[in-house]
Amino acid sequence: MANLTIGAPVDNIKAGYMAMVQRKRIYSGIVLIVFVAMLAAGFDLADSRNAGGFWSGLSRIFDFPAELIKEAFEKSAALPGNLAMYFPALVETINIAAVSTLIGAIFAILLSLLSTRGLARWPRLIGVFRRAMDVMRALPEVVIALVLIFILGGGPVPAMIAITFHTAGALGKLFSEVNENADLKPVEGLTSVGASWLQRMWLGVMPQVAPNYLSYALLRFEINVRASAILGFVGAGGIGSELRIAISWGTGRYDAAAAIFILLFLTIVVIDQTSSHFRNKLVRGF
Amino acid sequence: MAVADIGYDPARTRATAVGLFRRKRLVAFGVPAIILAYFVYVFFAFDIPGLAERARMDNARILLADTYSHKVHVSQDNRSGETSVAIEGENKGKYADDAWPDWVQRDGQSVVVELGGGEIVRFDPGAVRYDVPGYGLVSIRRTDDGIVLDTPQGPLPDWINASNTRVSINRAAGRVSVTRNRTEALRYFAGWELFFFTLDSPFAGKSWGELASLAVSGDQVRPGQSNIGAMASDFWNNEMWRHKDVVWAIFETVLMAFLGTMGAMLVAFPLAFAAAINFSPSFLVRFGIRRLFDFLRGVDGLIWTIILSRAFGPGPLTGSLAILLTDTGSFGKLFSEALENVDNKQIDGLRSTGANAIQRNRFGVIPQVAPVILSQVLYYLESNTRSATIIGAIVGGGIGLLLTQAIQTQKDWEEVSYYIILTLLMVSTMDIVSGWLRQKLIGRTTNPAAL
Repeated sequence: MANLTIGAPVDNIKAGYMAMVQRKRIYSGIVLIVFVAMLAAGFDLADSRNAGGFWSGLSRIFDFPAELIKEAFEKSAALPGNLAMYFPALVETINIAAVSTLIGAIFAILLSLLSTRGLARWPRLIGVFRRAMDVMRALPEVVIALVLIFILGGGPVPAMIAITFHTAGALGKLFSEVNENADLKPVEGLTSVGASWLQRMWLGVMPQVAPNYLSYALLRFEINVRASAILGFVGAGGIGSELRIAISWGTGRYDAAAAIFILLFLTIVVIDQTSSHFRNKLVRGF
Repeated sequence: MAVADIGYDPARTRATAVGLFRRKRLVAFGVPAIILAYFVYVFFAFDIPGLAERARMDNARILLADTYSHKVHVSQDNRSGETSVAIEGENKGKYADDAWPDWVQRDGQSVVVELGGGEIVRFDPGAVRYDVPGYGLVSIRRTDDGIVLDTPQGPLPDWINASNTRVSINRAAGRVSVTRNRTEALRYFAGWELFFFTLDSPFAGKSWGELASLAVSGDQVRPGQSNIGAMASDFWNNEMWRHKDVVWAIFETVLMAFLGTMGAMLVAFPLAFAAAINFSPSFLVRFGIRRLFDFLRGVDGLIWTIILSRAFGPGPLTGSLAILLTDTGSFGKLFSEALENVDNKQIDGLRSTGANAIQRNRFGVIPQVAPVILSQVLYYLESNTRSATIIGAIVGGGIGLLLTQAIQTQKDWEEVSYYIILTLLMVSTMDIVSGWLRQKLIGRTTNPAAL
């Protein structure tokens, strides 16, 4: 009798649990099927709206790289000369990225401090500064760059302004997340001795958050190098515009394009590796 | 003596402290000085002093005026004498000859255009007369030797630009330009005209109230189609604002981001196991896969886009695959780092119950890495919407293409501002959706990849 009274609820629990597991499995299965179907339908749609089809293009995917490598090999004697020739354009691209990261980070520090609870100079305006950062972050760089190219003409300045604008928003959001974790006691201490807002931020907050700021800024620099190469391609200066000329149909010089590819690839790999090395050092201490 | 015994040497400590202070002072002044020097170098390298010369402020003014206003062109073909009135000078916005707006009037052989503010332009046969209050009558005659400009006494004001082949007058009220073959007067109006219906639609120029009453009334404006259906179709097929193409373009851009991100996740996930030290015993495999990830990331989206567009042509598929390839590299690195950080205790626990390798991974590993992977994928989805806009501008697809086209034609700036607003809304929506999903699925996290 005792066994029966205990056994029945245990069986109930077991049955209920199994039913729940079953249901969960069915739900996950449905979600998975829907996801895969969406993906397949999406690729199909993208394929049908593309100028060239996927399957016919797949066989030609190595044609362009092969042609490029072939021409680069045939003119391999010109490679060092080409590398030297496009180096100034590469420097310009890196300069665009570096300046926009620096200026963007300065704006981001201000914006993030102004939009963090407990630190803000004008607490009522926190929402305004946050929305401003959202808008700055959401606007793709290419939009600002294209409009500025119309006004200022080609060259590095439109790209610089466009990337700075975006960087200020993107870094500002990350910086304000860092600020939220900062200890407020030093700030209170500084307030008690009558420090101004700038002094409180500079002496009370900056020493706590600087390593994280620096780490995010390094990562942003890497992203910005890529962005400035792309913006060059749509009309701003730097190595992107040289690449556009080098690969254009008919008049293209593939040996030059190969040199630019090599320069871009090496730059990005070097920056990627050094920035991840220093970021590990800054944040994790090894 | 006691001091020496405990190893405390005041002189040395002082020296260390002084050294530290010196270093700190050096950093505190040196770093800003280096940054300042760098800014000075860039100031000249980017030729910022020469920028003021190159900047086209007149372009900026046109851009700004066009974003919130539209112009109506009154143009006359000087050979045939025909006059047409059209919004933005486009065929789709042309007024019928008997239905001109009331500020353009025929007066015998002449056409009289009121530009507002008392400024009146007359297109007479052989001459154009522009009456500017406070300045006087400007008349522009077409002769066999070219265009002759007659103005009141005094120097030519800077809003008149004249040569013997072309005269253009730029006033706040509008613009007038005269060449041998063509005379044109533009008048500015606030707002985006014909945003809902073009002039060939029966609903053009109706107020909201009229439209609402038409929508509920039974009389069919266009026989065989309900009024609401006709309105929707006229709006959707509006040829001036091309709402249909714009919606498709936005959808294509989001599609590129979605396919690229999800595809990259599916490719990178199995590869990440092969690149993680605790799942892949073979050094060679690990090394190979990691270098593959580095390669995919290092080649960069721009180069992938160029290579793929040569094979697949312009369109959303090319954009998706470019995002897929680049992000496979980024995801592979992030996922394999997450896999290397899993806690072995759960896996050992499963092993003790006799679970095999697949079961250990399914129940011991995936639950640990799923939140990290999901949050990264969602962050990338949002940032890839932005990338897809840029890639669209390069390969030709989505809203990026429409934007570049509209900017390159340099006249439809109101369309440019429309597209910019839509892009902003699209990215913000993706941001909100991905943030909401992240919160629902894993709770609050900080951005792992800092995008």
